[in-house]
Amino acid sequence: MHLAYPAVLAVLLFCTGLYGVLARRNAILVLMSVELMLNAVNLNLVAFDVWLRDALHGGQALTLFTIAIAAAEIGIGLAIVLAVYRNRGSSDIDSLRDTAETDDAETLPDEVDADAVRDTTADQATAPAGKAKKAEATA
Amino acid sequence: MTTTTLAVLVPLLPFLGAAAGLLLGRTAPGFVRPLAVLPTLAAAVLAVLVASRQGGGRPIDAATQLTPTGSVPIDLALHLDGFAVLVAVLVGLVATCVQVYSTAYLKDDARYPSYAALVSLFTSAMLLVVYSGDLMVLLVGWEIMGICSYFLVGHYWETPEARAASLKAFLVTKLGDVPFLIGLFALAADTGTFRITGILAAVNNGGLDHPTLIALLLLAGVAGKSAQFPLHTWLPDAMAGPTPVSALIHAATMVAAGIYFVARLLPVFAASAAALVVLAAMAAVTMIGSGLAALAQDDIKRVLAYSTIGQLGYMSGALAVGDRGAAVFHLLSHGAFKAVLFLSAGVVIHAAGTNSLAAMSRMSGLTKRIPDAFWTMTVALLALAAIPPFAGFFSKEAVLVAAEHTAFGDRDVAPAAAGWLVLVAGLTAAVLTAAYATRLWLLAFRGRGPEAADHGRQPAAMTSVLWVLAVPTIAFGLTTGVLVDWFDGHSLTPSLTTAVLSTGVGLVGGLVTYGAWRHTTAHAERPPVGAVAAHPDAEPALVEAEAITSHTAAYGTIAGAPDPSDPGRLLLGPLHRHAVTGFHLDALYTALFVRPTAAAAQLVRFLDREVVDTYVRGSGGIARGLGTLVRRAQTGNVQTYLGALLAGSLVLAIAAVVLANVYAGA
Repeated sequence: MHLAYPAVLAVLLFCTGLYGVLARRNAILVLMSVELMLNAVNLNLVAFDVWLRDALHGGQALTLFTIAIAAAEIGIGLAIVLAVYRNRGSSDIDSLRDTAETDDAETLPDEVDADAVRDTTADQATAPAGKAKKAEATA
Repeated sequence: MTTTTLAVLVPLLPFLGAAAGLLLGRTAPGFVRPLAVLPTLAAAVLAVLVASRQGGGRPIDAATQLTPTGSVPIDLALHLDGFAVLVAVLVGLVATCVQVYSTAYLKDDARYPSYAALVSLFTSAMLLVVYSGDLMVLLVGWEIMGICSYFLVGHYWETPEARAASLKAFLVTKLGDVPFLIGLFALAADTGTFRITGILAAVNNGGLDHPTLIALLLLAGVAGKSAQFPLHTWLPDAMAGPTPVSALIHAATMVAAGIYFVARLLPVFAASAAALVVLAAMAAVTMIGSGLAALAQDDIKRVLAYSTIGQLGYMSGALAVGDRGAAVFHLLSHGAFKAVLFLSAGVVIHAAGTNSLAAMSRMSGLTKRIPDAFWTMTVALLALAAIPPFAGFFSKEAVLVAAEHTAFGDRDVAPAAAGWLVLVAGLTAAVLTAAYATRLWLLAFRGRGPEAADHGRQPAAMTSVLWVLAVPTIAFGLTTGVLVDWFDGHSLTPSLTTAVLSTGVGLVGGLVTYGAWRHTTAHAERPPVGAVAAHPDAEPALVEAEAITSHTAAYGTIAGAPDPSDPGRLLLGPLHRHAVTGFHLDALYTALFVRPTAAAAQLVRFLDREVVDTYVRGSGGIARGLGTLVRRAQTGNVQTYLGALLAGSLVLAIAAVVLANVYAGA
């Protein structure tokens, strides 16, 4: 069998996985897409191992390692997803934005200028709204 | 001890007293009074000793080099001639009287220690100016006097009048001091020395290259210090200080420093006819203007302040006709009688509880309450009005005789024009002087209305010094024959023509004022307007401070009062309105200098706030804007980060491939 077939299949698998990681909203589907990408790599390892006729079968050995690590990874990943779901009632990746930097988070405690006072009052007006949003997200 | 040692001790003792007073004022309050009075008294006694030893003979000179400067050396030098030793005696006498008077006048004042120390420091600086034979050392004393005057005028700094007056006094005199300093440098550049003896020798040999320029520059400083037109405006306002300060600084001594300086360097000024004519014109304007203004003032101390300006005008007039003997003679007698006038005015203000003549003219029995002040003030006013045989008559005659001789060509030191100016202005001012002296006396002591309240006897410390100073006021004129030996040797005796003329016009001025007073006093029905101190039984200084404050509150201004029974109002007619404000010079200076300066400050403030600060705030704003932009990338969405990571690695991979091909191709 020509090397091109498994290679092209690996590329297709990887791209599918990549698309899933970047575009899917469900955390479980993202994890599955990560598995697809890993398996594309595994396929490549095995195919090149055969094509290069490696005496020690380093590719196949490495593939076994990868499968073991992938199993551990998916176990931890699914546990996290489960914990997030229990916490928030959703495993939607798009709504997990707690690390986002927002304009509301900016505070200027040292400024004494009149403009700054005006800014701070505006901040104070919007800050509760931002906090409420976060509180809602953590609930 | 040698005369030189004694003379060194004269300025040194008050200085040490001032230093000790400032150091011990808080820790040892019991020593403050002795430390204030005794060094000054000792300096006065030593000054008398020095004067008797010098005896009007050859000048005593002693010098030690202060510091090598590389060019013109600065020496600690003494130059004791007849003028110096006599003026030092006057300074010592008046300063001692003022220190004694202050112990009672400010007896409950919390700031008395620093006050007394500043008066001592001032006395020491004035004595330094008087004795110094080196112009740079003289300048040091000159400036110390300026700063002491600033502190002492602002003694009641709780009142806005005193704060404004002290700043004004300082700034206006400094305005004159800058050209003065330049003039001193120009003088040293021409003659190669700061020593007075050296300068006078150089002038005699014709060594001055720019006599007019130097003389005019020096005259600016003299006009500032001696309150001559156009830099006189600070002196009437300086009356916001305590009365003893007015007596010492703003009547008897510091304002005389400018006159004394010109007297010392008279040959320098005499080398330029133009400078003498300018000085004569300055003196003429000062004499007449201040006489008119004095006639319109309501504050008793402001009347005396304008009168001081006028008498200093007489002295400058004498200098303008080149007779320094007459000028210093008038300086001495004026110092004595003006000190009496101010100190007794302090007693009057305390007894009456007001500084307003309008309020005093509605009180009767003031003479019975304060007989000492009444009699000494009467004598001093007679001396001021140049009525024989008091001191002021002889000294003013000396000035007028010198002017007359110059005008008619008997003396050729100064141009005849200067002589005429001084003579005519002097006679006109004699009328005005007599008029305002009469007005002051009538309004203060011949008031009608309710009895003045009794605040008990005035302290002996305040009344006794009045009599001490009254002695020279009465008898100083009799020394005319002896004084000639101490001065340049020009005769100081009055001539018949000017004596009759000036006494005549003086009497006319006084009688006209009396007639006007008899006429207007019928209007004095109205009850007194309330410019009376709140605590008339308090210490005199507090009464005065309260009187100054309440005067502005009652009449709207410190200078005048809407009093229809004021004879000055009738005499001046439509001029009265302008004379009250000192002929609007303050308003003119406000328009010419104060407003442009304030506008420039506004402009600088605008530039700082709106232009410079824009860049500062802009740099901060740009950083914040960039931060906002960068913050947009931090969405919190992991997939976005991964997308960016992928895009970045793709770009890197493509770049690596392309570059590898490019290098491979090369």
